[in-house]
Amino acid sequence: MNTASSSPGRLALRRFRQRRRAVVGLVFLLSAAALSVVGPGWLGVDPNQGGDAPFAPPGARHWMGTDIHGRDLLARVLIGTRISLMVGAVGAAVSLVIGVGWGLVSGWRGGRTDAWMMRLVDVLYALPTVVWVMLALTLFETRCVGWLSERWSAAIPAFRLGAMMLSLGSVSWLTMARVVRAQVLSLRERPFILAAQSIGVSPARLMLRHLLPNLAGVVIVYLTLTVPAVVLYESFLSFLGLGVRPPQASLGTLIADGASQLNPVKVRWWLLVFPAGLMALLLGALNGVGEGLRSAFEPRDDR
Amino acid sequence: MKALLVRVALIPLMVWVVATLSFFLLRAVPGGPFDRERAAASREVEAALKARYHWDEPIWRQYLRYLGNLLQGDLGPSLKYRNHSVNDLLRQTVPVSLSLGAMAFGVALGLGIPLGTLAALGRHRWADQAAGLLTLVGVCVPVFVLGPFLILVLGLWLGWLPVALWGSGKNAVLPTLTLGLYFAARISRWMREGMQEVLKSPHVQAARAKGLGETRVILRHAVPVALLPVISYTGPMLADLLTGSFVVENVFQIPGTGAFFINSFFSRDYTMMMGMVLFYSLLLQVLNLLSDLLLRWVDPRVRA
Repeated sequence: MNTASSSPGRLALRRFRQRRRAVVGLVFLLSAAALSVVGPGWLGVDPNQGGDAPFAPPGARHWMGTDIHGRDLLARVLIGTRISLMVGAVGAAVSLVIGVGWGLVSGWRGGRTDAWMMRLVDVLYALPTVVWVMLALTLFETRCVGWLSERWSAAIPAFRLGAMMLSLGSVSWLTMARVVRAQVLSLRERPFILAAQSIGVSPARLMLRHLLPNLAGVVIVYLTLTVPAVVLYESFLSFLGLGVRPPQASLGTLIADGASQLNPVKVRWWLLVFPAGLMALLLGALNGVGEGLRSAFEPRDDR
Repeated sequence: MKALLVRVALIPLMVWVVATLSFFLLRAVPGGPFDRERAAASREVEAALKARYHWDEPIWRQYLRYLGNLLQGDLGPSLKYRNHSVNDLLRQTVPVSLSLGAMAFGVALGLGIPLGTLAALGRHRWADQAAGLLTLVGVCVPVFVLGPFLILVLGLWLGWLPVALWGSGKNAVLPTLTLGLYFAARISRWMREGMQEVLKSPHVQAARAKGLGETRVILRHAVPVALLPVISYTGPMLADLLTGSFVVENVFQIPGTGAFFINSFFSRDYTMMMGMVLFYSLLLQVLNLLSDLLLRWVDPRVRA
């Protein structure tokens, strides 16, 4: 506020850059995403191609070792990261659409509509929503996979991913809806909204031109914080064998593979340590960026 | 008070909605659990199977039958474990899961509250660092990473603890830690933030001003107030504790409800899935309500 020349966006950028963890997290995240996209091709290793050396420990030829089928773990970790990040991003985008829509309507209409819409959010908060995602995915497996396998079996993995992104997104919007509603409630009474209303701006234009730009900050913050939550859910489902299925890999399936190779006879630690370590780093980075954005856009709120 | 009554009244409604949804989503789809078996021995056997589970009736009759049984607390027979009802399986597995959950919750409270409090005081550097580390673990290391990791380090490399099964106290250590640490992280964070807030508040200053000892100020005047947000967050947190227990029971091969629930997805045991979804939904609603009641009881401001 003290520097009149700075726009709110520029101020936010400056505050974000002051948070070291956020910047480090962002750099790590971007490089991990870039590597996961170009890495497999650049390595020249097919992540699904079995080799003659199963369970090779990390070495010069396979930097992260190989798995039970002799597949290169580095290549699999890279495509796994790609899938995990993609599910996280798209799932968060789905939750963005639902959450912002829900919050906007609830906050703008107010009164009884608001009370019921928010009560529903409360009820959903207390339900084991992941369980519903599990049910939805099971339905997909029983209904759609059989249907697809007769017509277009090559598309099954893509559709399965799509089903997962949709269902995860459709249970992850609750916090977004609450935050947007609270913001709309406070914006609604501001003079500039009243002014726009009084000169006869249409409701649609009011929402798009006057309300949404003022919501951008909180929406960006909670969108970034939703991404790690969705990544976590995806990995959780894949870990249990209900999400991504072989031969496709996500970080969750890779961690599950690593965990299944834990036995007292021969410890193949690399199968667990590399995917699990990367998972931890990614979650840390995503949360760091989210927290950084929060302190950038809500400077007084130092939660 | 009225809002609370509304919520209690909504519970049967929620049970009905969940039951109906899961019934029509799962039971009404063609492709029953018996399709995967080799072709039924004969038409008679198939007819007998269908008749036993009432699959030969029209769907609305099946639905009414299911609701009627539900009213009597009967969740129906399991399709996979042919001689058990879902109620039987719940009765056998719930005590296991409940003791795991309770111990993990105990670890979370026992570790999170003192550590959060000490960290908020800012007088002990180790507490500050430990709380920071715990928070980092809570953010970065989900249950399905922590479990295998603890097995690898404490179970296999150091060989201190058994890595699977359930029974003796030693078996319980790793699963309890796995599930508990994650929630200890969240509780210590809330506690720390709550304490930092409370220590600035006038009533704590007043307590200090009248010459109370610092320990007494903290234990009697600050901690109880800082506990309030922890109580109110506990309700929603229980949902995550539940999903965490699926993973932990899976990783450590514990015969609990979560393990059976996950298995029912692979064996397409529809009645079991429906029963467990209902059970979990109901459990969480009730626990949430209890945490709200507790908050109401300890915090007069909520009552007003």
